[in-house]
Amino acid sequence: MSRIAVRRATNAAMNILAALAALVVILPLVLILGFLIFRGSTALNVAFFVHLPTPVGEPGGGMANAITGSLTLIGLAAAGGVPLGILGGVYLAQSRDRRLPWLCRFLADVLNGVPSIVIGIFAYTLIVLPMRRFSALAGGVALGVIMLPIILRTTEELVRMVPASLQEAALALGLPQWKVVLHVVLPTARAGIITGVMVAVARIAGETAPLLFTAFGNRFWHRRLDEPIAALPLQIFSYAISPFDDWHRQAWAGALVLISLVLVMSLLARLATKGLYNRRGTYG
Amino acid sequence: MLKSELAGASTAERLSVPRSLVPGRRRGVWGDRLYQAAVRAAVLVFVVVVLGIAALLVYAARPALAAFGWRFLVTADWDPVAEHFGALPFVYGTLASALLGMLIAVPLGVGTAIYLAELAPFWIRPPVAFLVELLAAIPSVVYGLWGIFVLAPLLRSWVQPGLARGLGFLPLFQGTPYGVGMLAAGIILAIMVVPFIVAVSREVLLAVPTQQREAALALGATRWETTRLAVLRYARSGLLGAILLGLGRALGETMAVTMVIGNRPEIALSLFAPGYTMASVIANEFTEATSDLYLAALIEIGLLLFVVTVAVNALARLLVWSVGGAVKEVRE
Repeated sequence: MSRIAVRRATNAAMNILAALAALVVILPLVLILGFLIFRGSTALNVAFFVHLPTPVGEPGGGMANAITGSLTLIGLAAAGGVPLGILGGVYLAQSRDRRLPWLCRFLADVLNGVPSIVIGIFAYTLIVLPMRRFSALAGGVALGVIMLPIILRTTEELVRMVPASLQEAALALGLPQWKVVLHVVLPTARAGIITGVMVAVARIAGETAPLLFTAFGNRFWHRRLDEPIAALPLQIFSYAISPFDDWHRQAWAGALVLISLVLVMSLLARLATKGLYNRRGTYG
Repeated sequence: MLKSELAGASTAERLSVPRSLVPGRRRGVWGDRLYQAAVRAAVLVFVVVVLGIAALLVYAARPALAAFGWRFLVTADWDPVAEHFGALPFVYGTLASALLGMLIAVPLGVGTAIYLAELAPFWIRPPVAFLVELLAAIPSVVYGLWGIFVLAPLLRSWVQPGLARGLGFLPLFQGTPYGVGMLAAGIILAIMVVPFIVAVSREVLLAVPTQQREAALALGATRWETTRLAVLRYARSGLLGAILLGLGRALGETMAVTMVIGNRPEIALSLFAPGYTMASVIANEFTEATSDLYLAALIEIGLLLFVVTVAVNALARLLVWSVGGAVKEVRE
């Protein structure tokens, strides 16, 4: 075989190998989503959304308290993480100082890689130990800390993309800095910031590990934020490792609900930025 | 003073800026001070949280740090009743499962990234990239559920007997096939970290200047030769960073691994045997830790996990940024 033939053959072989790699990477997605829909939809019914879990051995029941619990926890986390993240992100993007923003970016990226269970230990020592009980509050703080770096970084990147000429025009009209940020910078970057928030919510909605010893889980409705609260991922976990078939079915149903929530958030996030990029005409 | 205020008002009216936006001198100053204070406070809170995580972990792990010192890392004895705590089986389990996961994930992940950034037809790239992103969005506990009820039975009845028949002479593939165990954990980890490796590698590859490729193509190189010589070599350190980011994820992954690794604190060579990781022992035993020393030992494991993942991630970030920086220099 001539040299060029060998080179062409290598080229073709590497093409096929790379395509195969992509195929093997996608395969689990198909398998997982397939099983979720197959096993989850047969177990899903109205009772799942409106009833409390039943005691062991009693069939039926649902995860209504876990769904409201998850929403409560996400709300708590967002109440802290979203404003802090957006304010911090604006500062990072606009600061003329060089070192502090660099350090913060670095810390945010590193914090983003810290295992969520470690964040759970942080919330435990900070809140559960002094309060002497597991609480929704502690779970919300843990999830908020996980959200923070994501929102911080996306806000910063998006605010950086706001054209300087817009801000200069506003400043030239005599607006103070804070009004420029509030009325010009943030509205311009809005779609991207919303995307960042939704990505962060999608991420924390499925978090289980940091809730194990902060929110702890609860088989009943929660009434106050300083007591244990149920969460969808926690309920899925405890049902999945239980020995009961009925609970396994419920776990699949819960997983289907959870993944629908997460995927819808991710898709919405994607659509929001898509509009943004179309308006701008360019990517990034 | 009066004059300038009047001038300000008339300018605003001519440009039809709402009256609420017209700056009163004092109000603007105070607003800006408040604004500056708010954004600085937000950043400060963030920095304090990060430092607070480190400080609280060290503080809470003190009893265990004092009681065991360095022996904590090298003793394999985990006995909560006698209060002997050694983290070796967990350190081993974490390293072994992460290594196994990376062995599977790195070639697949980098290969997929190369396909998506260099080789694939253009119409195929966005949908495949989107599917890989979806893979990253699936929560850990869902992977675990799937691992328990689909992957583990599959391994037990098909894959492990097959491996034992074909490669059973290796100590890696001996023993009872339970399904759950080190092999299941490695495979689940691989599936979970692959999307991160693909995403970052792809970004790194896309950051390679087009001139690099054009130069190689102009010399008569094939697509693959272009990729190998002009792109991969250029992006080397960034790809290493992407792999390290994946490793960081694999080391700290908790729920899915806890659900499929078998949770037995033993050091076994066989991939069929159950194991235990640092993250899963925290997940399983934290709420059961009755004594202060037990809790401190678990928190020390958390501290260890924190230190290791911070180091791995910091290194990875610097590597990925170094490629980004190099790219900027070339473009300017």
